[in-house]
Amino acid sequence: MNKLLKFIKENEPKKGTFAHTLYDGFFTFLFTPNETTSPTGVHIRDRIDLKRTMVTVVIALQLCYLFGTYNIGHQHFVALGMHTGFLEGFHLKLGYGLTKLLPLFIWTHVVGLGIEFYFAWRKGHSIEEGFLVSGALIPLIMPPDLPIWILCLAVAFAVFMGKEAFGGTGKNIWNVALLARAFVFFAYPTTISGDQVWIAGFEQILPGAQVDYGWWQTSFFNTLFGWFGWAQFDPAATIVDGFTGATPLALAFEGGWDRVTEVYSSSQMFWGAIPGSIGETSKPLIIIGALILLITKIASWRIMLSGLVGAVVMSMIFNMWGATPFMTVPWQDQFIMGSFWFAIVFMATDPVTASGTNFGKLVYGFLIGMVGMIIRIINPAYPEGWMLAILFLNTFAPLIDHYIVENNMKKRLKSA
Amino acid sequence: MKMKKTLLHPRSLVFGFMTSLFLLTSYPGYSQGMGEGDMVTIGILLILGVLVVGVVVIASSNAAYATALSGKTRTRTVEEVVGEESELRQHFEIKRGLNILLKGESDPGVVDVHTSRYAVLPINFNNILPIPKILVEEGAEVLAGQPIFFDKKHPNVFFVSPVSGEMAGIVRGPKRAIHQVVILADREIKYKDLEAPDLATADRATIRKFLKENGGWPLFRQRPFNILPDSEGDPRDIFISSFDSSPLAGDMNIKIDGRYDAMQKGIDVLNRLTDGKVYMGLDGRNNAVIPAELSNLKGVEKHYFGGLHPCGNVGIQINHIAPIRKGDTVWTIGVQELITLGGMFLEGRYDAARVINVAGNGALEPRYVRTLAGADLSEIIPQEFSDPAIRVISGNVLTGQKKDENPFLNYYDHQVTVIPEGDHYEMFGWLIPQTMRPSASQTFPNFLFKDMKFNVDTNTHGERRAFVMSGQYEEVLPVDTFPMQLFKAILTKDIDRMEGLGIYELVEEDVALCEFVCTSKQPLQAILRQGLDYMHSEA
Repeated sequence: MNKLLKFIKENEPKKGTFAHTLYDGFFTFLFTPNETTSPTGVHIRDRIDLKRTMVTVVIALQLCYLFGTYNIGHQHFVALGMHTGFLEGFHLKLGYGLTKLLPLFIWTHVVGLGIEFYFAWRKGHSIEEGFLVSGALIPLIMPPDLPIWILCLAVAFAVFMGKEAFGGTGKNIWNVALLARAFVFFAYPTTISGDQVWIAGFEQILPGAQVDYGWWQTSFFNTLFGWFGWAQFDPAATIVDGFTGATPLALAFEGGWDRVTEVYSSSQMFWGAIPGSIGETSKPLIIIGALILLITKIASWRIMLSGLVGAVVMSMIFNMWGATPFMTVPWQDQFIMGSFWFAIVFMATDPVTASGTNFGKLVYGFLIGMVGMIIRIINPAYPEGWMLAILFLNTFAPLIDHYIVENNMKKRLKSA
Repeated sequence: MKMKKTLLHPRSLVFGFMTSLFLLTSYPGYSQGMGEGDMVTIGILLILGVLVVGVVVIASSNAAYATALSGKTRTRTVEEVVGEESELRQHFEIKRGLNILLKGESDPGVVDVHTSRYAVLPINFNNILPIPKILVEEGAEVLAGQPIFFDKKHPNVFFVSPVSGEMAGIVRGPKRAIHQVVILADREIKYKDLEAPDLATADRATIRKFLKENGGWPLFRQRPFNILPDSEGDPRDIFISSFDSSPLAGDMNIKIDGRYDAMQKGIDVLNRLTDGKVYMGLDGRNNAVIPAELSNLKGVEKHYFGGLHPCGNVGIQINHIAPIRKGDTVWTIGVQELITLGGMFLEGRYDAARVINVAGNGALEPRYVRTLAGADLSEIIPQEFSDPAIRVISGNVLTGQKKDENPFLNYYDHQVTVIPEGDHYEMFGWLIPQTMRPSASQTFPNFLFKDMKFNVDTNTHGERRAFVMSGQYEEVLPVDTFPMQLFKAILTKDIDRMEGLGIYELVEEDVALCEFVCTSKQPLQAILRQGLDYMHSEA
C-alpha cells in the first residue's frame, strides 16, 4: 500500500486547479488524512469525523432503497394486473425498479456533487461531505417517473441556492433535500401532485392505457430474462379496469378511513406495498433505520419523540373535531399512511437545520408534528404536509434557539 | 420562551390528559359529523383544543426539565467525622463528561532526577507582556528564590529562579519575545533566605508584598481569564482541587509526597489573603483513596467531586460550589504550588520541588519523577525526546503543550505525556478503522467495553469542518451554558452574548473535552483563549 501511496502522491495535481480539488476529494474518501494535532490544544482527537457520521445515515437508508426500488416495480405490475402477489415476478419488478431509480440516483449525484466540487475549487477548500446524505435522500422523495431534466434543475437549485449560497456544509438554513422537492412541487406541480405520478411507466393512469417501455426494458432486460427462461416485459400490456392508482392519503381525503380500507389493508400500508415516494412506504424498514440512528446517536431522539407526540396530539384533536372525512381517520391509523415516519426520522433530524439546543429540539419536533398534521388533514390541494412543515420549522429553528439562549443568559446575568 | 412550572406532577398530568382524550375520541357522536349548534360546538372545541395544547406544552416542558436534570450534577450532603468534630460535606456527582482511559499509566515508584538545566518560561503566564525585563545578567550566579525577571505591566511582581546556579541566557521567539530564561543548575541547591512575615500578626498588605517580591505571586492564577492575580484587590474566594481527573494524571497523593505540613501552612496563608472562604475539592470517585492527613487539613471547606472527568478541574468545582459572576475575582492554586507557598512561610525558602509523572503509550518507562519546576524534559526522557515519531507533551493529552525546541516543563504542569505521532494514512479509516481508539461516539463499539484502555496517537482522524453536529459539547461540559453558541459568539466577537453565556466561568481546560469530541475538529481551546483575551482587553 505504501507503493500505491507514493505513486498517488507523485502524480498529485497542482494546488488551485480543479483537478486538485477532485483529487483531494477522492483521496480523502479513500484515505483518512495524515494530519496531526496542533502543538497546543488537544493532542488526541475522537475517531469520529463528519464522513463517518454521514455514512451512518446513508447506511440507515439502504433498506429503504432496496424496498423502494422493488416497490416501484410492484406498483407498476399491480396497475397492469400482472404478477399481483408481492413476490411474483421478482426479477421483473427489481429490474424495472432499477431502471427507474438508478437514473435518478446517478443524476442527483452528478449534478449535486458537480456543483459542490465547483464551489470547493472556487473557494479553495476541500470537498465537504454534506452532500452524501442529501444526495441519498433526494431520489427517495421524488416520483419515480420524474423527468431527469426537472430533477437536475431541482438538485441544482437546492445545492446552489440552498446550501452554497449560504456558505456550504453546516451553514444552510433549510434542509437541502426538501428544497429540491419543494422546487419540483412549486415549479412543476403536475409532475409531483395527484395520483398519476406515483405509479411508474404510464403516460396516464386510465383503464386500458398502454404501458410505456423503453430500450432498457424491451431490449436489455428482455434478452437477459430470455436467457434464463424467465417471464419478460410485455409491451402490449394495458392497465386493468378499476385501477386508480390512488395513494392512501388521496383516498382518505375522499372518504375517510372506510374508503382507504376498501382499497388497501392496514398491514399492506404498514409493510409498504402501496404507491408513494420511493423511500417512504415501508414503515418497519424506516423504524429499523431510526434505531440505527438512535443507537449510534447520530440523530436526536428528542426530535423524533416530540415529532411523534405532536403528530399524535394534532390528529387526536382533529378526531374530536371530525368536520371532514379526513379528520375522522382514527389517529393511530394516520401513521401508517403517508411519509410521516420518513420525514421525522431522516429529514427533521438533520442537525444543521434543526434547533441546536436540547430543549429547542423538543419544541421544534413537536411543532413539526403539529404543523405537518394540520397541512395533511386540512389542505385541500396536496394531501401531505411534512415537506412544508419541516421547511417552515427550519425557518423558525434559530428563533426557538434564540429564546432558549436568551433565557439562559438572563438567568446568569440576573444572579450576578 | 417562559415556561411556567406547574405544581402537578407531569406524569399524572399527561396520563390524565391522554385518558380524557381517549374517552372523548371514542364517543361515537363525534365521528358522525355536526348536527345543530355547529358554531357553539366548534367554538367549544377550539377552546378545548387551545387548552389541550397549552397543557401538553407545559407537561412537555416539565418532561424536558426532568430530562435536563438527568444530565445535571447530582449533589448530596454527607456527614463526616473528622477527629472530634463532624462536618457536613457536599458530594457532587458529575454526570456530563468523559473518562478517557489510556494505556501507559505510570508505575508507582518515584525516581529522583535533577537535570542540569532549568528554565522559567514567560509564555506560561497569560497576561504578561512578551518581553519581560531581565534582572540578572548572563553568567551571574543566582540562588533558588532569587528574582530573575519581572513584567513591565506589574513592576512589583517578580518571577524567581527555581534552582541555584548560573544564569545561562535567554532564548527568544518571534518578534524578539522571550520564550525561555535558562539557568544552569548546581548539584546542591542553595536557597535564598526569605524573611517570611509572621502569619498570625502580619497584615494582608505585608503578606501580599512579601509574596510579590519573592515569587509567590505566580503560584496563584486568577479567574476569570486565568491570569496572574491583579496587583490590587482581594479575591472573593480561593479554590484548590486536590486531584486531577485528566487522562493518565496519576495519583495526586504520590505527588504530594508527604508534605502535608507545608500544605497546611499554605492553607493558613490563603486564609489570610481573602475575606471569603478557601475551598478544596476532594476526590469523590469510586476508587479514590483519601489519606487521613488530607481530610484533616484545617481552615479549608472540603467538597467531594466524583463521576466523570472534568470533575477534577478546579473550574468545574468552582462552578458547582460558588459560580463566578460578572465582577467577581477568584484565585486558584494547584496542590504543588500550594506546597511551595507553604514552604516559603514554614521553612523560609522558595522550594520549587515538583513530583511529576511520565505516562503514555509512547513512554518507555512510565513512572513518577521527583524534580523541580521548569526541568529539562530532554534529560528526563532523552530517548523519547529525540525520536521524531514521538510527541512529548508537557501536561496531559487534552490541555498540554508539545515540547521540541523548548524542552522545559511548563510552570503549572505536573505531568508529562508521551504518545506517538500519527502522521500516517489509513485506507478507509473513517469507515473500517484498523485500530481501536478512544471515542465518545457510539458509531464505534467502544461503548460496549466500558473499562477498555486505548493506545492513542496524534492523528486528527478527519479534517476541519464547519460546526455541524449539535448537542455534542453539552454532553461533556457540566456547566449550565450553551457551548456551541458561546464559541460562535466568540468568533463573532459578540461581547454581550459571551458574557451572558458564561465566558467568565470557563477556562481552556474546561472545554478541552468539547474539543476532543468535536466531530468537526474545531480548535475550541484556541477559540476560547481568543475570546478570553478579547474580553480581558475590552472589559
